[in-house]
Amino acid sequence: MMAMRGVTKRVRAIKFALLSPDEIRRMSATKIITADTYDDDGFPIDMGLMDLHLGVIEPGLRCKTCGGRVDDCPGHFGHIDLAMPAIHVGFVKELKTLLQATCRSCGRLLLTKEEATSFLEAAKRAGALSTANEAIGSIQLMKLTAKAATKRQICPHCSAEQMKVTLDKPTAFREDGHKLTPKEVRERLERIPDDDLRPLGINPDIARPEWMVITALPVPPVTVRPSITLESGDRSEDDLTHKLVDVLRINQRLRENRDAGAPQLIVEDLWELLQYHITTFIDNQTSGIPPARHRSGRPLRTLVQRLKGKEGRFRSNLSGKRVNFSARTVISPDPLISINEVGLPVVAARELTVPVHVQDYNLDIVKDWVQRGPEPVGENGKYMPGVNYVIRPDGRRIRVTDKNAETVSEAVELGYIAERQLVDGDIVLFNRQPSLHRMSMLAHEVRVMDGKTFRLNLAVCPPYNADFDGDEMNLHVLQSEEARAEAKVLMRVQEHILSPRFGGPVIGAIHDHITGAFLMTFGGSSFNREETAYLLSLLGDRPLPKPDIKVEGEPHWSGRLLFSTILPKDLTLTFRASIGSIGEDVEESTVSIVNGKVISGVVDEKAIGAFKGKIVEKIARDRGSEAARQFIDETTRLAMGTIMLKGFTTGIDDEDIPEEAKREIAEVLDRAMTEVTNLVQAYKAGELEQMPGRSLEETLEVEAMKKLGRARDDAGQIAGRHLGLENSAVIMARSGARGSMLNLSQMAGCIGQQAVRGERLSRGYWKRTLPHFLPEDLGAKAKGFVTSSYKSGLRPTEYFFHSMGGREGLVDTAVRTSRSGYMQRRLINALEDLKVMQDGTVRNTSRTIIQFRFGEDGINPMRSVGGDAVDVDDVLMEVLGPEAVKAGKLPKREMAGYGAQERDFLVEIADDAEALGDEDGGNL
Amino acid sequence: MDLNVMEHELVPEHYLLSEKETEGVLAELKVEKEQLPKIKKNDPAIKFLERSLGETIEEGRVVKVIRKSHTAGFFVAYRVVVER
Ligand SMILES: [Mg+2]
Ligand SMILES: [Zn+2]
Ligand SMILES: [Zn+2]
Repeated sequence: MMAMRGVTKRVRAIKFALLSPDEIRRMSATKIITADTYDDDGFPIDMGLMDLHLGVIEPGLRCKTCGGRVDDCPGHFGHIDLAMPAIHVGFVKELKTLLQATCRSCGRLLLTKEEATSFLEAAKRAGALSTANEAIGSIQLMKLTAKAATKRQICPHCSAEQMKVTLDKPTAFREDGHKLTPKEVRERLERIPDDDLRPLGINPDIARPEWMVITALPVPPVTVRPSITLESGDRSEDDLTHKLVDVLRINQRLRENRDAGAPQLIVEDLWELLQYHITTFIDNQTSGIPPARHRSGRPLRTLVQRLKGKEGRFRSNLSGKRVNFSARTVISPDPLISINEVGLPVVAARELTVPVHVQDYNLDIVKDWVQRGPEPVGENGKYMPGVNYVIRPDGRRIRVTDKNAETVSEAVELGYIAERQLVDGDIVLFNRQPSLHRMSMLAHEVRVMDGKTFRLNLAVCPPYNADFDGDEMNLHVLQSEEARAEAKVLMRVQEHILSPRFGGPVIGAIHDHITGAFLMTFGGSSFNREETAYLLSLLGDRPLPKPDIKVEGEPHWSGRLLFSTILPKDLTLTFRASIGSIGEDVEESTVSIVNGKVISGVVDEKAIGAFKGKIVEKIARDRGSEAARQFIDETTRLAMGTIMLKGFTTGIDDEDIPEEAKREIAEVLDRAMTEVTNLVQAYKAGELEQMPGRSLEETLEVEAMKKLGRARDDAGQIAGRHLGLENSAVIMARSGARGSMLNLSQMAGCIGQQAVRGERLSRGYWKRTLPHFLPEDLGAKAKGFVTSSYKSGLRPTEYFFHSMGGREGLVDTAVRTSRSGYMQRRLINALEDLKVMQDGTVRNTSRTIIQFRFGEDGINPMRSVGGDAVDVDDVLMEVLGPEAVKAGKLPKREMAGYGAQERDFLVEIADDAEALGDEDGGNL
Repeated sequence: MDLNVMEHELVPEHYLLSEKETEGVLAELKVEKEQLPKIKKNDPAIKFLERSLGETIEEGRVVKVIRKSHTAGFFVAYRVVVER
């Protein structure tokens, strides 16, 4: 049989049927009778498990069935004729149903003709049998019919009394306690007439029930169970072959004993052993029997194990495949490379290649590359690309080595392909799992560098959700010109600064970059000539601007002036900074940029941060991705430069507050706890006033929670009074770089009430949370109020309560991620082949309309402003100028659409993540 | 039960299109009828239309559905009536 190539057909339907023994023998290339595999010369034995009729796995040999060589022969099935029949484990459920639903004597379905027809008709009406061709058309139908039939005690056709058939797992059937041999089972099934099978949902033309009892066992081709030759020269057989050997041995012994008229007991034992081997050949994890094991104790991997589960054929080989031209390693940061770039270790660059087709214009260049050999270095040991393989026009691959480089180079001519090692500027795809959105896989330009990690700019961490606590990422080298062009246009990092999820930036400053920008622009900070020159040098060749202030007679440059140098010259923008909501001076909290000059305000998260950065968003939207990329790159450099000049650190003393404040906090907390005690007393005395719609207990809980919540906030306020913007931790929290004021007040002031499911803690012992309290103590301390701060440390009971609350958080995140992951996978599988057509409709592959207009409004969310097509305020400002807008002061638009919601959601998530702390531990 | 589902807030408005209107819609969308989204003949909305129009709605007729939309305010869709 020649393999057909280039013939494509559309699969309209798939029909599942059972293999009949006849069919098994017909498709069999040879009968297998001997358990031996190879003779002494290592040659396959005829009618053995490695018979050459079953296909070839060794080069040089030819298949005795089709005459093909290793790569041409697809392999052919053989078969084993079983001395005695055996039950197929995969069908025991169906077999049990059939035995119970049919007569033990005449084989008819235990229903009258009318009853049977009514079941069949009902199923047809319900549309359960849409294709009459299915072998087992409707499991539902089989269940219903069988249920009714099983209830019959007397056969309506021959009046024979029925007995109870039970399944003795995994494969033995009993009738009233007597064992039914597979042979008896098979005989019974043979007696069921075709017409009685249809109401059971079985199509007898392609699935006779007796075929579920095996008499001829198909032997898989050797190509699916190849033997491997170890270095020692020993041959090692596949697990399936091992199992087939067992089957053949026992089958042989069973036949001999049976023919010799051995005692029934011996024959039965062997028969059961044969059943065991056939069961484990199919499924080696059948419950109720010990799995067949290797000599080493490892369980064998048989048919079902090859298909099932994560490592099975479906999930491991069909849904996901391994690829060439890819690399994986740990990632680490490099603020000096562009967001568009990725730092690639030399070792990886030498291994990964791009095919270069030899043309007229590059013949000499390619010859030169090849001649350099596979590991060329330039001056000072600088990396130079070499060529790993040369592919001749006839498809032969020649490995280039130092020895043959010269000769191979000479042989290179038009039509050759050289696999060139990567150089700076090559386009690659970069990816971090879990790939939850399209920004999880972006195109980067290669920068070959020393070291063994992939380097990336910190501003691209948010879309990948990457950090550097051991995260690894994958890199794929594109192999065709078209792929590279597409990737560069569609997948480049700079094209994804604005997210389609919520029409705002996903790429932007994080952590120290925000701190750096803050230090640069806050409180009239300035730089002397030397510092200014250093900062500007980071941006390349920039003219030194005129100094705008004098400090102690020396010319100084203000941070705002320096930051302005990287802003587009005609940028005008006003917004509130992240730092100042609480009683801050308006000058610092309102950022005003006029014609590319920062007039007032500090540059912080709201200006340049990922997700929130107004400047990034404005530049990306109005001036395009290239301008935005340049802005982000330069911000990174300036911020890193500044933070290194100014210095920045945080430590436990950032949470120090004066003794007096501590006393004040203790007083506030004491007062709140006393109030709760009073509430509890009022409740116990029956004097508590019930809240409408709430029980007395609920009223108490709500009131107590309110009081204690306020106490925690007050404690935070008191602590906050002593934590000013000279404090590094506060700078980080207020500028949006990391942490929140809540985190700080919990560290310095009071941790507050611990809760499980939104309620004060109540579980544990009888009427109390811990044995340290009296039963029925409803006071603050007994129900999880933690007065200590993280810095002062927790009391043992507090620690326990805190762990309870903390555990709930962990469980929630674990449950949430697994559930939302599964939900997302189903969603993606359902939507993956939909696309937006030229006419704006969303259609599937058969061009059926799914949505008449994308998103119903036809708006590309990536180009939207927080989900809306047009930002009216912004347009007005552009047209009328900032003064007009200020004078007119438009009413705040009602936030509508998913954009607004998404933003709120993001804030929540960010807070959550911060509250939990981001340590990955062993869980990268 | 005497409940008119069409009065429920979450049920969009349905209008039966004439053959001529249908042709116009199909021409404008440049699609075949089979490529439209479907609505079952036994859908409560179709049953309601049949009752109020006093005619049976055959397979292949097209209804216009006007519903509220988060993003677009109101949105118009078309569905072709199918047996099942
Ligand atoms: Mg990590
Ligand atoms: Zn062959
Ligand atoms: Zn009978």
